[in-house]
Amino acid sequence: MTEEIIIAGFGGQGVLSMGKILAYSGIMQDQEVSWMPSYGPEMRGGTANVTVILSDERISSPVINEFDTAIILNQQSMDKFEKSVKPGGLLLYDPNGITKHPTRKDIQIYQVEAAEESAKTESGKTFNMIVLGAFLKLKPIVKMDNVIKGLKKSLPTRHHNLIPINEQAITKGMEVVKKYS
Amino acid sequence: MAKELRLMKGNEAIAEAAIRAGADGYFGYPITPQSEVLEYLMAQKPYERTGMVVLQAESEVAAINMVYGGAACGKKVMTSSSSPGISLKQEGISYMAGAELPCLILNVVRGGPGLGTIQPSQSDYNQSVKGGGHGDYKLVVLAPASVQEMYDFVEKGFALSFKYRTPCLVLADGIIGQMMEKVELSDEKPRWTQEEVIKNSPWATTGKTANRERNIITSLNLESSVQEEHNIHLQKKYKKMEEDVMCEELNCDDAEYLFVAFGSASRICQKAMDVARAKGIKVGLVRPITLSPFPNKILRKYADKVKGMLSVEMNAGQMVEDIRLATQFRTKVEHFGRMGGIIPTPSEVVQALEQKIIGG
Repeated sequence: MTEEIIIAGFGGQGVLSMGKILAYSGIMQDQEVSWMPSYGPEMRGGTANVTVILSDERISSPVINEFDTAIILNQQSMDKFEKSVKPGGLLLYDPNGITKHPTRKDIQIYQVEAAEESAKTESGKTFNMIVLGAFLKLKPIVKMDNVIKGLKKSLPTRHHNLIPINEQAITKGMEVVKKYS
Repeated sequence: MAKELRLMKGNEAIAEAAIRAGADGYFGYPITPQSEVLEYLMAQKPYERTGMVVLQAESEVAAINMVYGGAACGKKVMTSSSSPGISLKQEGISYMAGAELPCLILNVVRGGPGLGTIQPSQSDYNQSVKGGGHGDYKLVVLAPASVQEMYDFVEKGFALSFKYRTPCLVLADGIIGQMMEKVELSDEKPRWTQEEVIKNSPWATTGKTANRERNIITSLNLESSVQEEHNIHLQKKYKKMEEDVMCEELNCDDAEYLFVAFGSASRICQKAMDVARAKGIKVGLVRPITLSPFPNKILRKYADKVKGMLSVEMNAGQMVEDIRLATQFRTKVEHFGRMGGIIPTPSEVVQALEQKIIGG
């Protein structure tokens, strides 16, 4: 099994940390992983994206130009990455702020109202975990207990009290994800 | 005990490895895309635990001269920077080669020339393997292709550097520095005691005792005959380095064509190799791990076996010259590369193989 994923959105949405948690979850179940961010001036307020690969085999290139899954969280990323999904692949996006919805017919397209659901919660900061939950519902490539272990490894110890909130957010994402076309 | 696994950036891995390898000092100056090395070390505060010095110098020139000073005392010292900063360090590197001082230097290459870009590149190949500074000298140059190798090459690099008493340069790039992968960590080794320093580096300035000659660390020799002798000695040493050539050969047994690539370009070639083989093209990959010493013999061995080699580099074509020399023009050798921080895609690489080598 090899899953090649791009997560793309605005800096500050938790794109990079979501990728890190996914990668750590892969390590927890003995997979090979790579996490390659866009870096540089675009990190500060502009677009941010990260390529995450999980595989049972040694990973060749950490930089790739087509993906099994694209998780898209803003319009700029939709414009850039809709075309990069492999035929038969998955495009998961939050429709919040999206003006031009995806049009491809040869891929699976799903929506998750993560911004809306996150705003309803007390902390309001679990946006990226709702998205992660939606992804894991569609592609359960890592087991939930390994995701929790991954969260523990990714978060500094002082934030470990937030793990239950994150777990709830992942569950919420699994509930609200819906097919678009 | 279970092995310790961590998800780390290449820059963090090399910093953690330095602490665990028992390094005595790190001297650096921030520059993208390698600033995490200094940041990580400052956050870990090894000076409170192992006594390892971590210092942000006032400039790259100051940092390399601090490394010179530490190395002259027989200490395991290192610095890191990215391309423009490494250019600034070249005077110090040449002096260290002349004075036969070991150290570890990390270059997380970004696109040039000049300030260039902060995106990944391999355009410092020539600078790394053919001197860089002035004078006839060579470094040991290691090219990691994974975060694990960033970690492993610290201990390996120090060992080779002390073996040959010449600086060891780890030639990474923005991809290897910035990406995160799984790293298996080794147990921490204590720093050398002063007795061990004296034993391991009897040439170092550790304080003259009555029973030995004065140790003098210098690269200056105004007597030409003496300086020529010194150069002959250095050249013999560089020749001997060939016994430590490291190279990875993948799918070469049945290969009709070869990719030759180092560092992150070799990772892209692995993917390109899978794509090409699925199309029925028998292509293998030779990945030089030591760029200096260069795996001449290994490439020469394949020169009579394959129909052609494609050197894939994130530059305008630098290593390709060394491959042509190694293969003595006995097979077709062409270059494919992207420049200025653009990363070639696997499909571009396969296309280049088809056009420049198979069809060309």
